Amino acid sequence: MARLLTFRRGGVHPPEKKSLSRGEPISRCPDPETLIIPFAHHLGAPAKPLVSPGDEVKPGDKIGESAGFISAHVHTPMGGKVKEIRSVYLPAGFASPAAVIEADPGSSWSGTDMGEDACASMDPKEMISRVQEAGIVGMGGAAFPAHVKFMIPKGKQAEYLIINGVECEPYLNADNRLMIERTDDVLSGAMYIQKMIGAREVIIGIESNKPESLQAMTQAVSSRRLPLTVRSLKVRYPQGDEKQLIEALLKREVPSGGLPIDIGAVVSNVGTALAVYEALRMGKPLMERVLTISGEAASDPKNVLVKVGTPISHVIEHAGGFSSPPDKVVIGGPMMGFSIYDLSTPVMKGTSGILALTKHQVNQASRTPCISCGRCVQACPMGLNPTKLYKLIDHGNYDEAKQRFLLDCKECGCCSYICVAKIPLVQGMRWGKLMLRKKQS
Amino acid sequence: MSEQNLFLVESSPQIRHRDSTSSIMWQVSIALMPAGIWGIWVFGIRSLLVIAVSIASAVGFEYLAARSMKRSTVSDGSAFLTGLLIGYNMPPLVPLFIPVAASAFAILVVKWAFGGLGANWMNPALAGRVFVFFSWTSGMNAWKLPRTIQAADGVSSATVLGSLKTLLMDFSGEASSAVGMLRYHEYPASAIGQQISSWFDRVMQMRISAYTVDLAVGNVPGSIGEVSAVLLIIGGIYLLAKNIITWEIPVTYILSFALLIWAFDGLRFGQGLFSGDAAFHVLSGGLMLGALFMATDMVTSPVTRKGMIVYGIGAGMLTFLIRVYGSLPEGVSMAIIIMNIFVPMINRYMQPKVYGTAARRGSA
Repeated sequence: MARLLTFRRGGVHPPEKKSLSRGEPISRCPDPETLIIPFAHHLGAPAKPLVSPGDEVKPGDKIGESAGFISAHVHTPMGGKVKEIRSVYLPAGFASPAAVIEADPGSSWSGTDMGEDACASMDPKEMISRVQEAGIVGMGGAAFPAHVKFMIPKGKQAEYLIINGVECEPYLNADNRLMIERTDDVLSGAMYIQKMIGAREVIIGIESNKPESLQAMTQAVSSRRLPLTVRSLKVRYPQGDEKQLIEALLKREVPSGGLPIDIGAVVSNVGTALAVYEALRMGKPLMERVLTISGEAASDPKNVLVKVGTPISHVIEHAGGFSSPPDKVVIGGPMMGFSIYDLSTPVMKGTSGILALTKHQVNQASRTPCISCGRCVQACPMGLNPTKLYKLIDHGNYDEAKQRFLLDCKECGCCSYICVAKIPLVQGMRWGKLMLRKKQS
Repeated sequence: MSEQNLFLVESSPQIRHRDSTSSIMWQVSIALMPAGIWGIWVFGIRSLLVIAVSIASAVGFEYLAARSMKRSTVSDGSAFLTGLLIGYNMPPLVPLFIPVAASAFAILVVKWAFGGLGANWMNPALAGRVFVFFSWTSGMNAWKLPRTIQAADGVSSATVLGSLKTLLMDFSGEASSAVGMLRYHEYPASAIGQQISSWFDRVMQMRISAYTVDLAVGNVPGSIGEVSAVLLIIGGIYLLAKNIITWEIPVTYILSFALLIWAFDGLRFGQGLFSGDAAFHVLSGGLMLGALFMATDMVTSPVTRKGMIVYGIGAGMLTFLIRVYGSLPEGVSMAIIIMNIFVPMINRYMQPKVYGTAARRGSA
């Protein structure tokens, strides 16, 4: 095998913990009695509710209409009766209106495969509008509306489509299982995205700790003779971030403040590729997803297909509950995920994992002053100086922090993870950015 | 669900690396143990008393200083480590008030006057050592021959480098190298050092002087914790393997120093360029202790890898200049302290490139 690719600067290697759930095939999580479907799944405008209390809905109905440019439709995975529209706290810590639906037991969306030919006859514009209609967002975590990303701005051209199978967050295996179990569908989805954006080349990046995925994808690509390259990457966090993945695969850097398309690249997650496949072939809206439930305090780590709106507690119960009282329950991966206090928080489009962590993993040690060890500087994949930025922000010197590229920080968590003084560096960066936004407005 | 637990809610990341400030301090202390145990063995049990007094006073001053600021910092281990290093930098027969004075200066003046851990710009242990070195010169020259050297009464117990400096003052061409100089003036070597030296000569066909062997093993007079280069290197390798220190500072420090010695030290003995005895100088004095354990002090060294390289080379050059051309025999403490002064400047100019920009963040 060729030498493993990776990004140039920074990065950390937390314990991988993939083996807890690596071998668990995707199973379906039983339906909950009540769905709580938020109208906001991402930054940008939340969808506008199309239903009111008392309304009957059918599986697959659009219940939220995209409002604004960066916004996506919301659909219900089950039929039933809308009980109320109320505000719920999302894992990210902000509140969003949500539809609470009393679900009809057993109701489930079904559709038929229209076949490859039907898709082949669509033009890119139509494909994108179908993606938009299906409410597809990026499945890697940030849940950015996919159709916005696939509409290439005027004057730009997509040279490369990068399919992100890195899954660099510890514990998570959702993408890994998709690549093993839904290999062909993911690849078809990738080819559809290529057509939509008009990319010249498609590259799939997978970290070398997923040998089964690498093998499955490589085999399928060669047996179907697809014009795609599968590249193996060295295990290193945050390689799944699009900026690092582009750096690793293309040796190019996204300009500060710019987007991948500025250097001719579009990055899409394998989960997104699958959602695109299902939307185009079956007209299926994005209303369920695969996630990993794992962690040292989880009884039965597994990978499950869960309907959006299912309460976290319901998924945890399905996986046998907790084996010991967890210290933290995390939505997403441990590096960028959110810890929640309320287990009735719903599964969202971007929920890639549910982790029950114990004290041992959380590793809370008492905080000391910064000892200038430089580990955060060496770990920052963006080449920033986290300790300096933190001090500037701590002293209210936001403008100088901005001059030192605070806005290039994407909160990957490497600095806080590695900090021996246990300083909440990422939290500081967030605060600094918030203050800058406030000053602007 | 029956769970009525309260869950911890924090800003991401949700997991932290296992290393902490205190775990680093204790790991460094552990890495220093072998060299200290050797020092106590060759110089006698009084050395243990010196180390104990150093640690106790450093921790005591830390406790008092922190208490006066309504803080509690003893458990972070930094004062213990400072005390340990002060003890290692004391000659075996030092009057016991000297390490106490060194600890007071290190902890109260150098560390706490600037705000405690993380805020000092000078290595506290080195500052303490230099302070007492210039304040009580004779007390800081209370050397003792190691027990591994059997010598007649009246044989000087001055350190290798100290003797060399004195002898070179009235140099009249009696020798062509540092080792030759020592041999001519009958500087004592240990029996075991001589045996190993002749074994290398016979079996390996390598000419390694008995003095060099003694320096590597630690059969020489010197500060308690600095004499055994080999055991210090083992401690340093432990820290490297544990990722507590990185290679940049020790390697560039030792390498730049060795190169300069090799290039220029022969001149002192009437020889040409590139005839200096690098191995002899690298193993002698406080270089190993300094390069592996003092120059790598995180608080007072640069934060970037490029900066560490500049800092290491600077320390190597200064040590060479002071040791060879200065009036002090050693140079390590002063060199590191001088480089400490440059750290903010090094941090400013030695910054990696920011992703996606042409700019360097330091120049912004």
